[in-house]
Amino acid sequence: MTPFAAGFINTLVAGRFIPLLTLGILSAPAAMADIGSRIWATGGVTTIEGSAGGGLVPWAMLGSYASDEEWGGTLALSRAEVDDYSLSVTGAGLNWNNRVEVTVARQTLDLDSLVFTLKNGFGLEQDELNQDIFGVKLRLAGDVLYSPWGQWSAGIQHKRQRDFTVPNAIGARDDSGTDVYLSGSKVFFAAVFGRNLLVNATVRGTRANQGGLLGFGGDLNNGYELMSEAGAGVFINRHWLLGAEYRQKPDNLSFAREDDWWDVFVAWVPDRRLAVTAAFVNLGDIATLEDQQGVYLSIQGSF
Amino acid sequence: MSNVKPIIAALLITAGLVLSGCQSLHNEPDNTLYQQLGERSGIADVVEDLLYLIVADERINHQFKGMNVAQFHRNLTDQLCELSGGPCTYSGREMRELHADMGITNTQFNALAENLILAMEKNQVPTAAQNRLIKQLLPMYPDIRHL
Repeated sequence: MTPFAAGFINTLVAGRFIPLLTLGILSAPAAMADIGSRIWATGGVTTIEGSAGGGLVPWAMLGSYASDEEWGGTLALSRAEVDDYSLSVTGAGLNWNNRVEVTVARQTLDLDSLVFTLKNGFGLEQDELNQDIFGVKLRLAGDVLYSPWGQWSAGIQHKRQRDFTVPNAIGARDDSGTDVYLSGSKVFFAAVFGRNLLVNATVRGTRANQGGLLGFGGDLNNGYELMSEAGAGVFINRHWLLGAEYRQKPDNLSFAREDDWWDVFVAWVPDRRLAVTAAFVNLGDIATLEDQQGVYLSIQGSF
Repeated sequence: MSNVKPIIAALLITAGLVLSGCQSLHNEPDNTLYQQLGERSGIADVVEDLLYLIVADERINHQFKGMNVAQFHRNLTDQLCELSGGPCTYSGREMRELHADMGITNTQFNALAENLILAMEKNQVPTAAQNRLIKQLLPMYPDIRHL
């Protein structure tokens, strides 16, 4: 077993995930008969912040397969392993009538190499940072497949940093913050050699440092800034989506420069119940450690 | 590394624009889609399988109660044949009028779309041809949903 797979399984068996898994198992029999009606893969997958989208960027689609007369839900486990950090995410979401999506996510960032920097430079003993994210996304108008103008959604992500000592020491102002975003997504049928093309654009207002894992606001900038995010993917067929995403980020802390993020992904959707996403991610410089690149793997179940 | 990001952003946006531009250039119907669907007999097979799927689908089968199956089969086959560039003429009622009192929800529309895709898969219609046919059907969405 590779260290990556072992790490993933260790994450799985960690006590904090058992309530979520139990929830999934308990709800499975009742939901078996009536998974939602939306077309395969139109629920996107679960982002690292819990909202439906790609890996790094929320899209206008709502999670699960609930259509306008249905309920749906998702559970997801994700892990990113870059040069000097690893990020684990557990996420869950509910979708009512393909109108409102409510999500929760817990992020755990293992600091790995940064532990020594923090100990020597700041006298801090900390080996991980945890953050909770509560999200709501509202579909404003349109359908990603059927509307000529695409689907438009607005959302918020309320984030609470659970270990503020380190972000505080490096200059972050607040231990919680709320991102607000607007997303537009559209599938263009038969657009690329007869394949369907998914295009997404998102604008986000945020004060978050590294998505909130390093707190909110800072000495260089403490206010909301508008950030652009984008994603595009091609459906090879209804089971496989190949694409890329880009996420612009603020740079609020003089302690260390913050870079934009991007990724190249492949998502496999064998049926509506399961989605597996693998990606190459580039998170740039994070808290003085340069050029953080690596792999991302996410497993999502829908019910 | 920081020089790469604007380039990737620009690439993503350009790819999106160029590809959606390509799409609009290829809007004229051509009969290659009709050939790929297996001409009228291939389309008739797809519609037949679609009918079996509809009857078994509790999300939508109630909407088809009491219909004339043979007439539905002939009309839908003609309609898909015409839309795909084939030598047929749809002689059924206008789509908006036909669906006016049915109160079709998005759930039901999705169910029919799913069954059409499954019927095309069962008849080995290539992915690109499936996508092209659905693209031709998309303008009917507001008529069928009565939006």
